[in-house]
Amino acid sequence: MSRRKTERLLNLVICLLSTRRPLSAEQIRHAVPGYDPENDEAFQRMFERDKNELREIGIPIEVQKDPWEDDPGYRIVPEAYELPEITLEADEAAILGLAAQVWQRASLAEAASGAMLKLKAGGVQTDLVEGPLELRVDTRDPSFPTLWEAVRDRRVVAFDYRSSGSESVLRRTVEPWGVVSRRGRWYLVGHDRGRDDTRVFRLSRIVGSVSAVGRPGAVRVPEGIDLRAQVGYSHGEDYPERVALIRVRPGSCQGLRHLARTVTPGERWDQVELAFTDPERLAGWIASLGSDAQVIDPPDAREAVIRRLKGALQ
Amino acid sequence: MNDRLPRLLALVPYLMSHPGAQVPEVARLFGLNEKQLIDDLQLVWMCGLPGHTPGDLIDVSWDGGEILIENAETIARPLKLGVDEVSALLVALRLLAELPEFGGSEALGRVIAKLEQAAGDGAAAVSNQVAVEVDAAPDALATVTAAVRAGRRLSLRYYVPGRDEVTPREVDPLRVVLVDGRHYLEGWCYRAEAMRMFRVDRVLEVTVLDVPADPPAEAEPMDVADGVFRPSESDELVELEVTPAGRWVSEYYPVERVEELGEGRQRITLRARDQSWLVRLALRLGDAGRVIRPESLAERVTDSARQALANYY
Repeated sequence: MSRRKTERLLNLVICLLSTRRPLSAEQIRHAVPGYDPENDEAFQRMFERDKNELREIGIPIEVQKDPWEDDPGYRIVPEAYELPEITLEADEAAILGLAAQVWQRASLAEAASGAMLKLKAGGVQTDLVEGPLELRVDTRDPSFPTLWEAVRDRRVVAFDYRSSGSESVLRRTVEPWGVVSRRGRWYLVGHDRGRDDTRVFRLSRIVGSVSAVGRPGAVRVPEGIDLRAQVGYSHGEDYPERVALIRVRPGSCQGLRHLARTVTPGERWDQVELAFTDPERLAGWIASLGSDAQVIDPPDAREAVIRRLKGALQ
Repeated sequence: MNDRLPRLLALVPYLMSHPGAQVPEVARLFGLNEKQLIDDLQLVWMCGLPGHTPGDLIDVSWDGGEILIENAETIARPLKLGVDEVSALLVALRLLAELPEFGGSEALGRVIAKLEQAAGDGAAAVSNQVAVEVDAAPDALATVTAAVRAGRRLSLRYYVPGRDEVTPREVDPLRVVLVDGRHYLEGWCYRAEAMRMFRVDRVLEVTVLDVPADPPAEAEPMDVADGVFRPSESDELVELEVTPAGRWVSEYYPVERVEELGEGRQRITLRARDQSWLVRLALRLGDAGRVIRPESLAERVTDSARQALANYY
């Protein structure tokens, strides 16, 4: 942005904040340097753009339409503009400092540091105390900023999506309710209009860019929705918990032993009882242990392991 | 979007609440070099109340590097926090609230309340729409954190799934980092004679030793901005082809390259320090994946699969 424009905007903010009574556009035109004194259309366009810029950075411009006046009056109400006085105790400041460091990259990282700068500017003590714990949350997905804005503004989104393990990419239209990070992966939770049901989308499977469509405020987020529970819930089959009987070579399969219910040592093989729900997931794990482990029971898990091993023959 | 105006609207209040602040320190705080800061001060100097008589203009001086500002009462307070700003902090604070380290922290509750109050309506509500899940606290976490705080060495048994082995380690802990919802212990590992990141949920046993932690001078914390996993150039390049059922591999592991082959299949190139975890991966994938290169690896996979199948027949 040009220096002249920044000066004009700063002067505009000061002007609108300092006035007790609303000022008309004409009064502003003469009070703030930089507006065209002759060309009315040029002035009006510039003034409109300036107001929008101020609103975009969060400055509330009050517009008063006085029935006795032709033109509306403008001002910024200091109480609506100002950061309220906040005092933080030392322990509170340390925690806030920790929170401010959490976001890595993109929209929320800038927002967090912008917030801290305003707080510092307002005289709030925000020095970071070095502690034993650091937190980092990343928002690597390119679609994150757009989705975050759509969630914030309650706008419908549309994007191309490849379902898990699928060949096809389909266009989805979603009323976004929120985004959740789990194990470093971001998920979008919302109402899928095409399927007329709640769905969870993994951001890494979004193909191309996300478009926000329609007007802000069009999306209604159900009350008391538990976003995290939605991500945990598999919108598919539910597996009962069963116990598998697995033979493992002595001295091997440490991870398996650690999670097992029982381990019974033997001469050539140790026997392990392991609880599981999804036989395919179990099969993947046991197959990966190669000749160090074999499933004895149940038959479907055993067959699934054999299938994987045969499939791995190159 | 312009960020010079928001910066100036924070700069003026900052200078007013910190009279005599030094140029270098203010520049650093605002992420500017000194020339840029001076530029900002000169711009502010040209602004003021309508009329723009000398009495209306903001008065800024920076003699000897000390910044003094006067006649800027109108913008003496910073702009209130925006929705994004409040949300970013509140979501992070709520994340902290989940952690055992902060369980029942009264101070945390107070900060959240103060921020919600300063934010006004709407802003606090939006922050509920972003959530970060944290893995349940691993058993070893409390002990590990205590050792970091007390500056003591740790003795631990650590499980590496790729090699399916448990190794004993002595580690001088530096910090605990929570990345991607998981806890990691970063410290100097005497066995590796290098800095290491240990996943705390893979620490099977841990004891705090009565030895003060004394890591060597070269023990520097890692920059986790790009994630925790660090492949190196010397690691071998491996090529795999996967069917749609194997696409999770490129989502789950850090990979060098992914090529779409059509019909949902992919060719994935990645680096591996040792081949054994790739053998395990290939066995796990079954017919959803195939090793293309190196051939030695493909042979190892076939051998392992045959040996394992022998157990069943």
